[in-house]
Amino acid sequence: MSALTVVYACLFYAATAVLVAGLAAKIALYARTPAPLKIPTTPAPASRGGVALRMFREVALFESLFRANKWTWLFGWMFHVALLLVLVRHLRYFIEPVWGLVALAQPAGVYAGFAMVAGLAGLWGRRFLVERIRYISTWSDHLMLALLVAIGVSGLAMKYLARTDIVAVKAFMLGLLRFDWQPLPADPLLLVHLALVALLMAVFPASKLVHAPGVFFSPTRNQADDPRERRHVAAWAEG
Amino acid sequence: MAAAQVEAPPIREYPVIPILAHDAMAGSKPYVASEKINEAIGFPGQLVENWQARAVEKMGELLGKYRSLRVFLDACVHCGACTDKCHYFLGTGDPKNMPVARQELVRKVYRRYFTFAGKWFPKLVGAEDLTESVLEDWYKYFNQCSECRRCSVYCPYGIDTAEITMAAKEVMDSIGMGQKYTNEIIGKVHRLGNNLGLPGPALADTLETLAEEVREDTGVDVRFPLDEEGAEVLVVTPSADFFAEPHVYSLIGYAKVFHAAGIRWTLSSRASEAGNFGLFIGNYAQMKAIAARVREAALELGVKRIVVGECGHAWRVAYSFWNTLIGPFDFLDSRYPVPQHICELTYDLLRRGAITLDREKNDHRVVTFHDSCNVARGSGMGGMPRGQFIIPRELIKAACNHFHDMAPETIHEHTFCCGGGGGLLTDELLDLRVKGALPRMEALARVVEEHGVNFMATICAICKAQFSKVLPYYKFEMDMIGGVHQLVGDAIRLGRND
Repeated sequence: MSALTVVYACLFYAATAVLVAGLAAKIALYARTPAPLKIPTTPAPASRGGVALRMFREVALFESLFRANKWTWLFGWMFHVALLLVLVRHLRYFIEPVWGLVALAQPAGVYAGFAMVAGLAGLWGRRFLVERIRYISTWSDHLMLALLVAIGVSGLAMKYLARTDIVAVKAFMLGLLRFDWQPLPADPLLLVHLALVALLMAVFPASKLVHAPGVFFSPTRNQADDPRERRHVAAWAEG
Repeated sequence: MAAAQVEAPPIREYPVIPILAHDAMAGSKPYVASEKINEAIGFPGQLVENWQARAVEKMGELLGKYRSLRVFLDACVHCGACTDKCHYFLGTGDPKNMPVARQELVRKVYRRYFTFAGKWFPKLVGAEDLTESVLEDWYKYFNQCSECRRCSVYCPYGIDTAEITMAAKEVMDSIGMGQKYTNEIIGKVHRLGNNLGLPGPALADTLETLAEEVREDTGVDVRFPLDEEGAEVLVVTPSADFFAEPHVYSLIGYAKVFHAAGIRWTLSSRASEAGNFGLFIGNYAQMKAIAARVREAALELGVKRIVVGECGHAWRVAYSFWNTLIGPFDFLDSRYPVPQHICELTYDLLRRGAITLDREKNDHRVVTFHDSCNVARGSGMGGMPRGQFIIPRELIKAACNHFHDMAPETIHEHTFCCGGGGGLLTDELLDLRVKGALPRMEALARVVEEHGVNFMATICAICKAQFSKVLPYYKFEMDMIGGVHQLVGDAIRLGRND
């Protein structure tokens, strides 16, 4: 077993632990914190079912963002949908046998890789070109985009420039899942790609990426418009 | 502070997003509340000695009490969707009036004291200590947010800057940095029952005079009852309705509706105010105590229904919060919504044929409708989707022959604040208020030009007061603004209804 394999195996276990524990802690915190008043923003549905539908539109289509700014919506939606497809494509490294749907998504996943980087480039471009967005951008906003672009580009490079031994990569990943470590190929591109992914996983819960679970807990979006019909009381506000 | 320079921006034919004008509004801030004002409502009189530690502690307390605050401070990705949505930014160009930048004033402090990244890598994530200059920025720029929630409509995570502004004001109140205008009014409502400080006997006189005026005008004995036990309906309305113009014409309108429909109603001297400035300072206990007067008055007078007059933020508090704050309302008639908006009541009577309106009475008017932010984005009406947009417009159309809506991106949930909400309706902020009204004035200018609109109806006391003051700066007549029930009152058929 090479030292490299051991280092990367430990890296992934650690990154996964931070991601899972960190997100679980955040979600628990959001769930525990009370929402004492009904504050849904119009157009708010009157029923729980309507809320579920609104949340679905928000998460799947970025409805509010679409109404706000078409460019940001275009780049943002493109990036997120492409990322989803890329993640689905990558599932083949973690399951054996590969599910039919994952196999089906393979060709789309390749194009999605380009769409993802293009979307990120668009979002990043706005941070330089639009004065208002430049004003609100922090170092971490730029670095987060740099990280995602680097992950995308290194991934595409392995597909088109210097192919790596993906059979061995899959064996390594399955080995991690089964606690039966297998050697990791020492390709520079692969090592960079994996290290950046581990970094992304580790910073996820401590960064603005918590917007992913956060949106589900947003009271302006997840509350039903029924304050007159249903009395809403949070524990600390009673009495 | 010297009287503020007040300057109205020019109305443009094609509004564009302004280029940033750094610190353009850095000189705008309201008077700080005096020791007496703050202490009267339980806040420290002036800036406390260990204010920094106390403020951070208060922030921690609020983070544990409000999921909105916790989630909103974490979730922002700086996408910029909100950056061109605030009327104060559009009117001033000051980048700190972009909703995300306003939020960052709190978020950077939150990061510094409450997050891993901010504690260890403050520069990287834009975290900052709560210094004197940060506090100064808080006081200036959270008093440049009218809590209108327009930004929240467009945010992909529903982040509501109003929640953050309220939290910042709550923190500032807790360390003795209260704002004079709001805190003085909260003191008055506790002491005298209304925001204007009108004592009971004066109120009775005013109502008597009103009844006389209406009698002279119409020859009909329309009553304005006060503290009448056993009335069916308690009307809670903004105190400006009692004597400010154009507000009072709407009060006359309500009285005529009750008269024509034959419903026994009353006002209350204990709850002679619908407004609840506890909302503006984000203080739950204040909001609850102010709302409690309404419940007490309703029980005392033995009414069966509570109806709220034309007041935007009051309707949000009543519709969205009363059931939580002072419910349950099991002592009221459950066949009617509790609380009910005066527009809902009138609309219901109209549909049942219990009142008749003569549109021709308003033929000299070409009307448009300004959706008030708290009604539009924080409440409902009629138990139907978008009822808060439909019902007031239906009433106007039933009372007038000429109605034209303003541009679709400036009405309904997209409506622009009048520029005076959220506790900013004070003279020392007039420059901000005038500039903040720009987007609405531009939309109005278009319907004035295209359709000859000469009357903008609204159902909010703050909107009415703000526009009366601001319209002349944009070369409009100040009496262009009025209430929906002003139109109803002018068109309603009194006396025999057949």
